[in-house]
Amino acid sequence: MHIKEGEKERHTLSVTVDNEAGVLARIAGMFTARGYNIESLTVADITEDEAISRITIVTTGTPEVIDQIHAQLGRLVNVHRVTDLTELGPHVERELALVKVKGTGEHRIEALRLAEVYRAHVVDATISSFIFEVTGTTEKIDKFLELMREIGLVEVARTGVAAMARGKEAA
Amino acid sequence: MATEKSGAEILIEALTDLGVEVVFGYPGGAVLPIYDALFKQKRIRHILVRQEGGAAHAAEGYARSTGKPGVVLVTSGPGATNAVTGITDALMDSIPMVVITGQVATHLIGSDAFQEADTIGITRHCTKHNYLVKDPAKLGDVVHEAFHIATSGRPGPVLIDLPKDVQVATASYRKPGPGAHKSYQPQVKAETSAIETAIDMIAAAKRPVLYTGGGVINAGPNASQVLRELARITGAPVTSTLMGLGAFPASSPQWLGMLGMHGTYEANYAMNQADLIVCLGARFDDRVTGRLDAFAPNSKKIHIDIDRSSINKVVRVDLGIVADVGRAMEDLVKLWKSRAYPPAKLDGWFKQIDEWRAKKSLSYPASKKEIMPQHAIARLWAATHAKKPIISTEVGQHQMWAAQHFHFENPNKWLTSGGLGTMGYGLPAAIGAQVGNPNALVIDIAGDASILMNIQEMGTATQYRLPVKVFILNNEWMGMVRQWQELTYASRYSESYSDSLPDFVKLAESFGWKGIRIQDPADLDAGIAEMLAYDGPVMVDCCVAKVANCFPMIPSGASHIDMILDSDQVSGEMNDEAKALV
Repeated sequence: MHIKEGEKERHTLSVTVDNEAGVLARIAGMFTARGYNIESLTVADITEDEAISRITIVTTGTPEVIDQIHAQLGRLVNVHRVTDLTELGPHVERELALVKVKGTGEHRIEALRLAEVYRAHVVDATISSFIFEVTGTTEKIDKFLELMREIGLVEVARTGVAAMARGKEAA
Repeated sequence: MATEKSGAEILIEALTDLGVEVVFGYPGGAVLPIYDALFKQKRIRHILVRQEGGAAHAAEGYARSTGKPGVVLVTSGPGATNAVTGITDALMDSIPMVVITGQVATHLIGSDAFQEADTIGITRHCTKHNYLVKDPAKLGDVVHEAFHIATSGRPGPVLIDLPKDVQVATASYRKPGPGAHKSYQPQVKAETSAIETAIDMIAAAKRPVLYTGGGVINAGPNASQVLRELARITGAPVTSTLMGLGAFPASSPQWLGMLGMHGTYEANYAMNQADLIVCLGARFDDRVTGRLDAFAPNSKKIHIDIDRSSINKVVRVDLGIVADVGRAMEDLVKLWKSRAYPPAKLDGWFKQIDEWRAKKSLSYPASKKEIMPQHAIARLWAATHAKKPIISTEVGQHQMWAAQHFHFENPNKWLTSGGLGTMGYGLPAAIGAQVGNPNALVIDIAGDASILMNIQEMGTATQYRLPVKVFILNNEWMGMVRQWQELTYASRYSESYSDSLPDFVKLAESFGWKGIRIQDPADLDAGIAEMLAYDGPVMVDCCVAKVANCFPMIPSGASHIDMILDSDQVSGEMNDEAKALV
């Protein structure tokens, strides 16, 4: 016998939680316990008194699974609010990557030229390498990395997605 | 400024303020300060179990039979890990429970200290919520919040891990006033528009079924009364999950019996042929639905549940209502009455149901030579039902036979491990129920294999003079495993024979219980009478037919209408798809 899988969608969820020890473990653990995917996850406190954190989760699943993830997050005691930004509509998603590229001569010039196209900043340089800081959507960063791979990519650090609904209201 | 108290004293005072009368526990190094505080007070009774797993199940039995939260107190490390099965059981069956575990002193946490376990990490996913309290000043609020979370919304176990130094350190305690929790606010009241839609759907249905579950029991005794009223005014037939038995009286002509894998023919056929299913505090468990793509294929479905994540989890429904099921049913009854519908014309539907009932799916072959297990339960019911007993069970064939043949009339009388299916649940649960209901007749209907999983709790019953009755249907097999092996694996009985069983009568006597053995069908009634006449704990070793199977049964991967009524209908081996479904 073989295991079957359904059509998957990518959703970005914004979750506000108590900034307490163990909250992240609760959420990450819920995903693994129920077999859900985490594509990326970011977390940082967002209020002046450091009481609340926002966790941004990019996940994939069938529409039924996405609905379950939303509901399962909502029943955790420390969770204040769950917003499915993908479901909600227009929203902004950004991530930041640090990209170390090695090369000399033509490669070095090409790397700088491409960095300019992608509005990546040089944050560290040696005679034979750069570290670029690039910000944008996941797709943009993927594309930039693809190009840098051809030139001489050494290593990458990515933050994961931070996201927010457009418009004046808090989502 | 109030005088300062130790963390242990704050704990006891908070428990007292919350109305806790009894704690099930077992002492150890990391809870000695709490046990010392318990020693110095008289308001909370402590029941000393024989293993921490027994404490958790006893607290479940206490909670399920009284409607009050069960409280467990155990030490760190093995104390906590032994309780994990019972905590998980309470999570699966939505039992309100608060577990207090000792922990090594805060400066030792993470150092692999003696009897240290990461209790918070281990129990994070088998509790509704858990806390590690590092400051005695916060302990009082945490205890009150823990009880609120355990008992409200969808009930469940909440654990408080209390390091030993926090039990000793001092702080002031003040009973917290009422106030809304900042993030945990379960929705108890249904939206009016949803209730209106539900009533429209019920009024339009020609073949409705009310499918009820443990949520109705959890919603309190009044919810069971409202269910009866809802059934009366709508005229709809009622079926229930294993966990919901007793919410609706089995003596009612509208009662279909339990549904699902070992449910009745009429309940499962009614579900299959219904045009409307109203799911009330149940969760479309795989033991209920059978094959999902063939589950109730032509029906509209309404699902009322307090847990938003239960809705559309397994079965897509047409109308999901997040609410306390008791409150929602009250709203339904009120609106139905205000609209003054004429009596529903369900004669055709009940005529059809009567045809299914005529199959007599719970019948079993009679025997004069050996005691049929179903017959033993039927006789036990006949001898005891007037006393409104509380019945607990272990897990397996005897559990299903009890569910099928013991006809429940009232809620909180049926204690069984439904979701987790924990063998060894029944005896400690019966003990907990007897503690909470000192004057009730409490019987654990057990199997020979299950009873051994928490047999040590016999000592607890002896110590507190709890007159529980354990009625073992002894067939010398792990009966349900053997049945599946017979039906699914061509009778290859791999490790399912209970070899080297103890002499249960002598075992009973060694614990100071009365032991009775029944071997002949002719002695069955007398044996039961002797058990009931004894004013103390009794273990009955009822030797039953060894290879009887529990029917009806929906085999793995089959739909409701593919149920089998006896062994002749089954081939000896199933395909891989069916084997994988369990």
